[in-house]
Amino acid sequence: MSSENLNLTLKIWRQKSPTSVGSFEEFKVSVSPDASILEMLDELNNDLEREGKIPVAFESDCREGICGTCGLVINGHPHGKIPKIATCQLHMRNFKNGETIYIEPFRAKAFPVIKDLIVDRSGMDKVLQAGGFISVNTGGVPDANEIPISKDVASHAMDAAECIGCGACVAACKNASAMLFVGAKVSQYSFLPQGQPERFQRVQSMVAKMDEMGFGSCTNTYACEAECPKGISVINIARMNKDFISAKIKSELTEV
Amino acid sequence: MGWLLRSMNSSIGKKFVMAITGSFLIIFLIVHLIGNLTLYFGPEAFNGYVETLDIIKPLIRVIELVLLLSFVYHIIYGTWLWIENKKARPVSYKINASSENSTFSSRWMFWIGSIIFIFLVIHLSTFFYRFNFYDPEGLADQNKYYNIVVGFLQMPWYSILYIIAMIILGLHLHHGFQSAFQTFGWNHKKYTPLIKAIGRIYAIGMAGAFASIPIYFLFFYGGSQ
Repeated sequence: MSSENLNLTLKIWRQKSPTSVGSFEEFKVSVSPDASILEMLDELNNDLEREGKIPVAFESDCREGICGTCGLVINGHPHGKIPKIATCQLHMRNFKNGETIYIEPFRAKAFPVIKDLIVDRSGMDKVLQAGGFISVNTGGVPDANEIPISKDVASHAMDAAECIGCGACVAACKNASAMLFVGAKVSQYSFLPQGQPERFQRVQSMVAKMDEMGFGSCTNTYACEAECPKGISVINIARMNKDFISAKIKSELTEV
Repeated sequence: MGWLLRSMNSSIGKKFVMAITGSFLIIFLIVHLIGNLTLYFGPEAFNGYVETLDIIKPLIRVIELVLLLSFVYHIIYGTWLWIENKKARPVSYKINASSENSTFSSRWMFWIGSIIFIFLVIHLSTFFYRFNFYDPEGLADQNKYYNIVVGFLQMPWYSILYIIAMIILGLHLHHGFQSAFQTFGWNHKKYTPLIKAIGRIYAIGMAGAFASIPIYFLFFYGGSQ
């Protein structure tokens, strides 16, 4: 199954703490082309620990591209150059023997580095807390299919809901804007009847929180869509813009 | 009115201001170009056009005011967005692969716009100023407007400046046109490819048609007589 190992030079961002100054550290590794980039880092960390050195801190969880925990910027691409995959799905066979790979954390004011390659993405959670939910009255369990929803509408909502909240859009955007993420979260509810009661309140609260957390604005470069591991479309940003503007014009809420 | 200012100054609000002022400027450029093209039909056509504008001066002044506001808001909000967006990423990437996931014009809108702003200042200080306020006796002849324009456009450095500025304007419009639609929330599977195509034709058409005038007067024009 495996062919010859690849000899690679890694330049990995090392930063002790949120306040310390980071820099790149160089490592030479020999890795199987069948390994994923996270497995390569695991091997590297084993070696480092064996030598009594501090391993490289990075995040991962499911390692099958659905949880959105892992997120590294590899040679300038969040989640690497291959489209529509998460970092954990990026295999070393996509690199050439002798190549130098730069591995950096997501960089944004809203994503402060905690350590090495781990960033604090709780800003996105706060945006969700501001409006990424629906209110459901307690009581008996509603019957399935009680509210008819057409296949098209359900599909659009599900396309938006595919967002795993990894933050690659923020990392890819030249303005560190979270509008693809927020757009997807706004869209997934604004399509469905269950999302209607809070539709206009939601978009205003979430955008206000997004601005407050220090994310940038959208310049419509569409880099986010190109780098998104789930291929979330920028059409969701357009939907959010439309909902936001009509909310501002129509709604009687003046405080958000 | 607090809510209006707060809305305008939110992230999407600022983009909306950019899109709405940009749309007005996009429409204005078409009118401006139609006027400019009268230069091809000789002194009488062009002077006639400028004099017609003089007759409807009160209306023109209103349009100029809207135009001024559009420019001012477009420039101030554009600069404001740029500063805020720079602040949103204090540490930049060592390796930047943005050329592989976005277009040149979309990434450099602020700088492209800044060059257009410098051009705009030069443009207004020559033509707008001369047509409206500065009227030396020597130019008080019948074809004065035409002669002012042709006089400037026959200076190589001035004409070349115009030609370069129009290429840069084309880049700005290429991104700006479709970007405005996206900001208004008009992104549709059926119509967005059409909007993008029209935007491309518009940007190339505007840059080409505006630039053709200095090219003509610099290289092909033999004199008015």
